[in-house]
Amino acid sequence: MATFKDFRNKVKPNWCPGCGDFSIQAAIQRASANVGLEPEDLAVVSGIGCSGRVSGYINAYGFHGIHGRALPIAQGLKMANRELTVVASGGDGDGFAIGMGHTIHAIRRNINITYIVMDNQIYGLTKGQTSPRSAFGFKTKSTPAGSIESALSPLEMALAAGASFVAQSFSSNLKQLTGLIEEGMKHEGFSFINVFSPCVTFNKINTYDWFKENIVDLDESSDYDPSNRVMAMSKIMETNSLACGLLYRDQARPSYENQVAGFRGEGLAKQDLNLSEDDFNKLVAEFR
Amino acid sequence: MISQLSWKIGGQQGEGLESTDRIFSNALNREGYYLYGYRHFSSRIKGGHTNNKIRISTKPIRAISDDLDILVAFDQETIDLNAYELRKGGVVIADAKFNPELPEGIDARLFDVPFTAIAEELGTSLMKNMVATGASAAVLGIDVGIVQKVVEEEFSRKGAAVVEKNCQAVARGAQYILDTSEISLDGFKLEPGDGEGRLFVIGNDAIGLGALTAGCRFMPAYPITPASEIMEYLIKRLPNYGGTVIQTEDEIAAVTMAIGANYGGVRALTASAGPGLSLMMEAIGLSGMTETPVVVVDTQRGGPSTGLPTKQEQSDLNAMIYGTHGEIPKIVLAPSTVEECFYDAVEAFNLAEKYQCPVILLIDLQLALGKQTAENLDFNRVKIDRGYLVNNPEPAEEGQLFKRYAVTEDGVSPRVLPGTKNGLHHVTGVEHDEEGRPSENAKNRKNMMDKRLRKLNNIQVTDPIKADAPHDEADLLVVSMNSLGGTIDEARGRLEKDGIKSNHMTIRLVHPFPTALVKEQMDKAKKVVVVENNATGQLRDQIKLHVGQAEKLGSLLKYDGNPFLPAEVYNHCKGLM
Repeated sequence: MATFKDFRNKVKPNWCPGCGDFSIQAAIQRASANVGLEPEDLAVVSGIGCSGRVSGYINAYGFHGIHGRALPIAQGLKMANRELTVVASGGDGDGFAIGMGHTIHAIRRNINITYIVMDNQIYGLTKGQTSPRSAFGFKTKSTPAGSIESALSPLEMALAAGASFVAQSFSSNLKQLTGLIEEGMKHEGFSFINVFSPCVTFNKINTYDWFKENIVDLDESSDYDPSNRVMAMSKIMETNSLACGLLYRDQARPSYENQVAGFRGEGLAKQDLNLSEDDFNKLVAEFR
Repeated sequence: MISQLSWKIGGQQGEGLESTDRIFSNALNREGYYLYGYRHFSSRIKGGHTNNKIRISTKPIRAISDDLDILVAFDQETIDLNAYELRKGGVVIADAKFNPELPEGIDARLFDVPFTAIAEELGTSLMKNMVATGASAAVLGIDVGIVQKVVEEEFSRKGAAVVEKNCQAVARGAQYILDTSEISLDGFKLEPGDGEGRLFVIGNDAIGLGALTAGCRFMPAYPITPASEIMEYLIKRLPNYGGTVIQTEDEIAAVTMAIGANYGGVRALTASAGPGLSLMMEAIGLSGMTETPVVVVDTQRGGPSTGLPTKQEQSDLNAMIYGTHGEIPKIVLAPSTVEECFYDAVEAFNLAEKYQCPVILLIDLQLALGKQTAENLDFNRVKIDRGYLVNNPEPAEEGQLFKRYAVTEDGVSPRVLPGTKNGLHHVTGVEHDEEGRPSENAKNRKNMMDKRLRKLNNIQVTDPIKADAPHDEADLLVVSMNSLGGTIDEARGRLEKDGIKSNHMTIRLVHPFPTALVKEQMDKAKKVVVVENNATGQLRDQIKLHVGQAEKLGSLLKYDGNPFLPAEVYNHCKGLM
């Protein structure tokens, strides 16, 4: 049995000291071991940005794609081999700006992968521009007078798009985050996990202290029911999208793969490619 | 009795012309005629003039004809727009309902047939197209029973009553022609077909079958004219083989999903037209950089931008060769017949895995959608070659990963699929080392660029060009790609009668360019003319770039949305002599 150490490799991340992404990487490694994966059973697909590098820092199959397209790559991979555990990951720019179209449709489609957004509310790697998650009035290099666009609420968006699993956490809360990623991996469908991951270099507003003060932890509330979609939406709106924990999970909804006619349990990649001559002749006869 | 003629049916889009054309041509196909279809349609669902033209012959043909023998018209607009095309003595068979008239100066005959009235007598005017089908069969001397058999298959899902009514409509249409003595159409009787019942297929379906036969089991795609038939073909058949089609949110998702699936080890393709291909270019670069195989079909239509979505053009060539930033190995394969659409789809998958790079299967609208008679497809020619795929790698040395990008002599590195023990490695669009880890090291960068680019130095492709070159010293070499071959061959037949010796070369591998083979053909001719459906001579420019000989290179270009006619090619070539 692999332990979380087996998911470590020798690459030193190029993230700034104190970056929230370190803990998210650790949580993915711990969750992978906790659900009983071996490194070759896991594939991490990531986008572009600081967070996108995560696929290279985990000892597993890793695919570092192009900006905003981690989700379609990950979905294609899962369709090719449904026996793999596929984690897609990227930043808030990757998932909510350039890749927003894919995010909404991946949520709707409900292919069984886990999507972890490393949300720092700013563009870090390009050195400090506004993100769709930046608050109204937030000053950045690209919004020197303060952002005049409203910030996106990823949780409301995910619920509205028909998500079957919505969670949010904070990179400092490694225990909660690890647990949510495990639940996401086990969930038969698309799991959306937004994680506050402070950018210590460019975001001086949404800092570790700011999150500690403002987050509402659902683990501390005994009467919250994550199977209730209306309650989930109310909680998200009540807390101004700062609720952390498992917000919503629909365990009855089948995954995309389980609804595809003729789709088999073993990965497509493992199946025989050859068509029998008999089948071929029947297909050709359709053209007569 | 005649050996070939052209028949066209026209009316408003949404009037059932498609099914009329389908039923009539399927009946003719079963009678053993060679057919070549052309669809004139617009980018709208209902309304607007549309027409379908079929060339019918007792001998092989692969081109539309210069003129028209029979025009079946459901409205006056059809006559007004198409009568000019009729040959002297041609005939218009029109619905009596709209009191049809021939425009002035047209030397043709007009016969009114009460299509709508007969259909209404049988219950609904919707069946007027079946009345027209029966009438058409009678004019050509085709047995109505053959048509009725196809009608039965077409409508069987709708129940016996519908089949019966439609069969009656066919019979009544035919009877009207036979009973009406003033309609003397003996000159249009076709010699009997040979009853062979050959394949009758569009290029898009042939590509779909090729993909399926090549082991493709997944297709993510976004609908677009004229590519959608490929996804529609596969969604009907893939579930029988464990596979599926996903209709994605856009073309970027389609191509990246296909790349993800190929990385995962399943053969996957996507298909689109110019606008979609433009969106896919960044991802095609990712495929090149990460050496992940992917097959992308581009069914060219009129560009730029939305351009002419339903019209013939060949203007994506440069974009397919040069599109994507940076420099990657890429293969662009351009089949020129429906049979090649099938074989080349198979080869495209083999090449993509053998050279671990993107393969563009480039066709044009006329090849994608023009339904035509095809030779039988040979199952024994299909070989699946998955390239340098490692199933059980040895454990890597301590602290190292599998060398997915090992620098090799031919540039091709061992590929291992996710899920394989001892195969862990990294994949990234960032420049990387042999294990796939990001690296900006200058020496590594050069090694990796050279390794990727040399993969295609000795590319092995069946028939990079196809030459029909009977003359060692030809007056003229005609060069083309995709669907133009049949038209050019007809023009060459006429040139031959005038004593002009011509050869023809189709370029199948347009990138990397088969310079030596092209030069060999050019050396045999005094003059060269490149015939292509674009405004700037993109194929000619490739020849000029790679082979040179600019002084003897000429161009015949057409970019008004319509395919070339044999006479246009003939007249141009004749003028060069």
